[in-house]
Amino acid sequence: NEEKRNLSLGGHVGFDSLPDQLVSKSVTQGFCFNILCVGETGIGKSTLMNTLFNTMFENEEASHYQNGVYLRPRTYDLQESNVHLKLTIVDTVGFGDQINKDDSYKPIVDYIDTQFENYLQEELKIKRSLFNYHDTRIHICLYFIAPTGHSLKSLDLVTMKKLDSKVNIIPIIAKADTISKSELHKFKIKIMSELVSNGVQIYQFPTDDEAVSEINASMNAHLPFAVVGSVEEVKVGNKTVRARQYPWGVVQVENESHCDFVKLREMLIRVNMEDLREQTHARHYELYRRCKLEEMGFKDTDPDSQPFSLQETYEAKRKEFLGDLQRKEEEMRQMFVNKVKETESELKEKERELHDKFEQLKRMHQEEKRKVEEKRRDLEEEMNAFNRKKVAAETLSLSQPLKKDKDKKKSVKMENQSGVTASSSKVMMAKANVEPLNCQSWWQAIQCCTCLVHNAAWRPAGLF
Amino acid sequence: MDAIMLQEKLVERLLCPRVRTARQKEKQYVGFATLPNQVHRKSVKKGFDFTLMVAGESGMGKSTLVNSLFLTDLYKDRKLLNAEERINQTVEIIKHTVDIEEKGVKLKLTIVDTPGFGDAVNNNDWKPITDYIDQQFEQYFRDESGLNRKNIQDNRVHCCLYFIPPFGHGLRPVDVEFMKALHEKVNIIPLIAKADCLTPNEIKKLKDRIREEIDKFGIKVYQFPECDSDEDEEFKQLDKELKECTPFAVIGSNTVVEARGQRVRGRLYPWGIVEVENQSHCDFVKLRNMLIRSHMHDLKDVTCDVHYENYRAQCIQEMTSKLAQDNRMESPIPILPLSTPDAETEKLIKMKDEELKRMQEMLNKMQQQMHDKD
Repeated sequence: NEEKRNLSLGGHVGFDSLPDQLVSKSVTQGFCFNILCVGETGIGKSTLMNTLFNTMFENEEASHYQNGVYLRPRTYDLQESNVHLKLTIVDTVGFGDQINKDDSYKPIVDYIDTQFENYLQEELKIKRSLFNYHDTRIHICLYFIAPTGHSLKSLDLVTMKKLDSKVNIIPIIAKADTISKSELHKFKIKIMSELVSNGVQIYQFPTDDEAVSEINASMNAHLPFAVVGSVEEVKVGNKTVRARQYPWGVVQVENESHCDFVKLREMLIRVNMEDLREQTHARHYELYRRCKLEEMGFKDTDPDSQPFSLQETYEAKRKEFLGDLQRKEEEMRQMFVNKVKETESELKEKERELHDKFEQLKRMHQEEKRKVEEKRRDLEEEMNAFNRKKVAAETLSLSQPLKKDKDKKKSVKMENQSGVTASSSKVMMAKANVEPLNCQSWWQAIQCCTCLVHNAAWRPAGLF
Repeated sequence: MDAIMLQEKLVERLLCPRVRTARQKEKQYVGFATLPNQVHRKSVKKGFDFTLMVAGESGMGKSTLVNSLFLTDLYKDRKLLNAEERINQTVEIIKHTVDIEEKGVKLKLTIVDTPGFGDAVNNNDWKPITDYIDQQFEQYFRDESGLNRKNIQDNRVHCCLYFIPPFGHGLRPVDVEFMKALHEKVNIIPLIAKADCLTPNEIKKLKDRIREEIDKFGIKVYQFPECDSDEDEEFKQLDKELKECTPFAVIGSNTVVEARGQRVRGRLYPWGIVEVENQSHCDFVKLRNMLIRSHMHDLKDVTCDVHYENYRAQCIQEMTSKLAQDNRMESPIPILPLSTPDAETEKLIKMKDEELKRMQEMLNKMQQQMHDKD
């Protein structure tokens, strides 16, 4: 039941105010614009920004000795008549200074991607507020080409090639007051031909809107713009203009025959700012988003050309993810159980070993104890035997007179051991109780009664 | 001052961006003040679209009002049903899409008609209407989440005009129920239809009554955005008057009659001529100004930023909770409540730990003993 027809109106309805309503709303909301300046240190990026926006943005000179390229974004709130603009200028610090510039483009690409990613994340949130989101996506990249007069540098070509699918690029020739008109003409042609032959897609000013197609088309032919920036003012004639004062003359920034600054300002700010924002959102961001979502596995149509719904894709992905999670959990559980078993068995091993060792030690200990016991018994026996003999010897000495030591010793040696009788051992025992002996051997002691009588020391077990 | 002039002034004020600061010196002019013009240019080139839904019983004058609003005849060759045909009439959804242009501004206008509403004897079913609105949201949600977003068509309903019959003493249960079913999905603007059967006093009483009842039942109708606090008193006064006029009492007409020497849209009665565009006769002009000339874009914004976002958030939450439920039933290991298995495993872990510790101690003791012995 959809018939679209063109109807003529019978009078003034009033919806021609719709654009004004839209404008009124966006003015209340405020605008936002983000510029990325890529170029070597000292080539004039900050000065050009100051000149373009007629403001001294705080800037210290950058040093040439950075380790790598890093990006420095700065946000400013500007206002002109009733229009509020939140301007972010991103500077590439250290670009072109390193000896090895292979990776110089990476921080730049990463920064641009991060801004896209942040927007995408906001868009994918459940509770989102896109209408007051601070858009940090880069709307324009001004690429500063050094005024060599010959051609692009290899770094320029490589970097622009990496950036052209992610951001609108406008190449500009910096410090154009060192190039003469004829040199400039040749330089521009060379640059454009190099860009074209290498397939670098720079931003083309749009020619589809009749209101601005003419001016945009003519400006497209002047690319890359050769600019001169200056915030100093010089008196020329009876006016004070922004210019650079040389001994040979004054280069006026806003003089169209001196440089293309006015063209750049016209194109960038006064005519196409909104188009740049739109292109960033509709083309570059959409490309990023599509690639990112495809990476994550979202498809638009399945093989049967039935459109996949986001819900189904989401469900499928989620099932997969949860399945993975479960499997991983199982694995971890298994690992844990195995490990525990291993450690347990190890410990049991060790325990057993220890027990064995313990048993062994115990046995050894008992062995030794036994031996010690045995020896003690032996010793005791000998002690007893010795005591008996001593007693016997004493009883003997009591019944016999005492002889001199020497003689006794001799006679002791000559006498027969078997002369020792039970009674002499009794004597010995009695004597032993009274006085200790100091003979070396109890055999001698037994033979030597005087020892028994006189000497004190009595050496037991240690003798053996 | 003439009411119409005041109205025009109001419209002007609402539309022109006001100059807050003096323009800076010419030489310091950067130029981004042209941004609004750039936006204007681009929007005119792109064109606009708007979807308007009309709901109310048959014979309330919905089609006539739409024709009067847009000064065109959208409803050619309509077939009106008899009473017996309408006994079991269900609510249908019929869309009329037209392209209209005025002073270079193109508008694709879609009128969503709901014939059959309130026709049947048992009127408890307006599900087709809520379903239609939800479908449009869902379609937009899918498009927005797809990979290729180049040509998304926005068919979401931006505004719903609800026609309240003037013959009663306020809102009827069906009015209340219907509005409550829709107030969180679409911007509702309640209107008192066929207001030419009420005298000014009766109109005032009815409006107050309806406003009261809307508050009482907690129906969230479309609110005009507050005007800025730094507007002047006159403007604020106008704004206040506008707000106190709701719900608008409207009269529509498809015929042109001669009144006071001019040809105007109106209704010819024996006792006089009712002029549609006469502010003292009805609120038609206020409605038109509000709906088309000053707040059309705001209606779109509120649909986009509030109603659609609510729908989307709800949708996503339903999806996630449904998935969680499904998973709980399918897998033996519950995904969400991880606490119970963890407690068990933790106990196991603790036990094993203690065993290990004991064994270690025994080992140590034995080693000590060995050392001592040696």
